[in-house]
Amino acid sequence: MNEKFDAIVVGAGPAGNSAAYTLAKAGMKVLQLERGETPGSKNVQGAILYSDALERIIPDFRDDAPLERHLLEQRMWILDDESYVGNTYRSDAFNKPPYNRYTIIRTQFDKWFSGKVQEAGAMVISETTVTDLHMDGNRVVGVKTDRTGGSVYADVVILADGVNSLLAKKAGFHPELRPKDVALAVKEIHFLPEETIDSRFNVSANAGVVIEMAGKITNGMVGTGFLYTNRESLTIGIGCLLSDFRKHGIAPYALLDKMKDHPAIRPLIEGGTMKEYTAHLIPEGGYHAVPPLYGDGWMIVGDAAMFVNSVHREGSNLAMTTGRLAAETMIELTADDKPMTAKNLARYHEKVKTSFVMKDLKKYKDMPKVLENNPQFFTAYPELLNRAAHELLTVDGVEKKAKERSIRRSFVKSRSWTGLMGDAVKLWRAFQ
Amino acid sequence: MMRVEERLFQNRYRVDPGRAHIQITDPSVCTVDCHSKPCTFCCPAGCYTKEGDGRVTLITDGCMECGTCRIICTEFRNIQWEYPRGGYGILFKFG
Ligand SMILES: Cc1cc2nc3c(=O)[nH]c(=O)nc-3n(C[C@H](O)[C@H](O)[C@H](O)COP(=O)(O)OP(=O)(O)OC[C@H]3O[C@@H](n4cnc5c(N)ncnc54)[C@H](O)[C@@H]3O)c2cc1C
Ligand code: SF4
Ligand code: SF4
Repeated sequence: MNEKFDAIVVGAGPAGNSAAYTLAKAGMKVLQLERGETPGSKNVQGAILYSDALERIIPDFRDDAPLERHLLEQRMWILDDESYVGNTYRSDAFNKPPYNRYTIIRTQFDKWFSGKVQEAGAMVISETTVTDLHMDGNRVVGVKTDRTGGSVYADVVILADGVNSLLAKKAGFHPELRPKDVALAVKEIHFLPEETIDSRFNVSANAGVVIEMAGKITNGMVGTGFLYTNRESLTIGIGCLLSDFRKHGIAPYALLDKMKDHPAIRPLIEGGTMKEYTAHLIPEGGYHAVPPLYGDGWMIVGDAAMFVNSVHREGSNLAMTTGRLAAETMIELTADDKPMTAKNLARYHEKVKTSFVMKDLKKYKDMPKVLENNPQFFTAYPELLNRAAHELLTVDGVEKKAKERSIRRSFVKSRSWTGLMGDAVKLWRAFQ
Repeated sequence: MMRVEERLFQNRYRVDPGRAHIQITDPSVCTVDCHSKPCTFCCPAGCYTKEGDGRVTLITDGCMECGTCRIICTEFRNIQWEYPRGGYGILFKFG
């Protein structure tokens, strides 16, 4: 294959698919390479799909995309060993189309998206691992693949190869990831009849529930758990910083089992048939860990560029948005008859900076550090909150004022006044 | 607790016989120098095993290609990590 393309897109996840689709729609000659047997077969997500990012690329995606349930209710739980305190937001406004968020099953979703990319006119080749970039001095001119005679050339290579992005590392665009910049998430999918899920979660007619969890389930590590409802299955998973997994020495699947055994969680998944166990990294280094985004003949998009907002658990929408922005940059430069040099591709960086992607990452830029240095948010506080709730709700003849005093005392005993104030300030600043 | 093998049994793989995509560069570094051996407890598929004599063995058949072992081996950089050939390795049904 000695053809030359306008663009080569490496990877067929949401970032690569958005880039390839946008380019192909604009009439560009696009080759997309994916190492999986089919697009999606290597990919893992919770998975919540945020409509907005996809709508800007495929406005009528709801017509045929494989969507599981639209989200009606969001629960946030802070767990102690055998209890949780939580809050819930449920609104019938979320029950009216067009729906804002859906659960999806990633393998099916990616396959669907790839179908759209092919319809738009891109050439998509699966079962092909890109092994290296072809360089001409500092300029990327193409890629090498593991197929025989597998070199292909293009004006621009878009790296949408996900969190590990071996290509960017080999080329020196990106240093190796540090254990504190990635979370390792493990997850299972449990199948249950649709009616069982409906009644267990108090929903009907394809409405769904999200439960986000923090607290003792992560054994003091920085991380969160989740449980999402699909149409006929539940996904349950937990993710913590890799640096913490290393420090604490607990196997990821043991942590997941412990979570599944929590008395508030066990009844929700009871009787389900587990049909898959998956693991994947999530780039959580945030704003300070974002690598250079472009150079001569290349741009980097999605997870490969650390575009995940871990506070709000958004990733696929940042991937889709950055994939689209990279494509739009190329389309504009082509229209202006400008070459794909670093100087010109800097426009992609500008676009990312002015979009919600970089603004949100910037907003939470200090969060990774605050959480890393303050494990009490994952240990002492969940415990204290749960104990406080227990104390207040136990009716035992003790006057309420005395109960409040005892709760206050337990907070101060555990963290001291200055500690409590300091924690509040730290969190408040990180959220600013 | 469910054993990791039982869990992995639910997954679909296309194994590329004789072509492990991950290799330990110098096994003696694992035995002698690396005291904490984080790969043996961080790998979500339990691919690394600490043997009684201190050696670490690696069987990649259950690998989910997450990248953890490569990143966790920061101190010794003792792992050569590539993706399997296109089409081989883990084939997620649901992801
Ligand atoms: C457990 C978990 C839960 C999550 N939950 C959510 C959620 O609810 N909502 C949300 O928005 N985000 C969520 N995320 C994050 C989201 O999944 C990612 O941000 C998103 O998938 C990133 O898309 P991407 O296209 O950049 O990368 P990926 O989806 O990883 O795609 C990269 C693609 O490139 C291919 N590839 C890699 N290297 C090569 C190569 N050398 N040659 C050929 N092909 C290659 C891979 O096979 C893959 O198909 C979650 C992540 C995890 C792990
Ligand atoms: S972490 Fe690296 S050096 Fe240590 S035992 Fe594992 S492979 Fe060997
Ligand atoms: S890539 Fe992940 S699953 Fe595979 S051996 Fe390494 S840690 Fe284990």
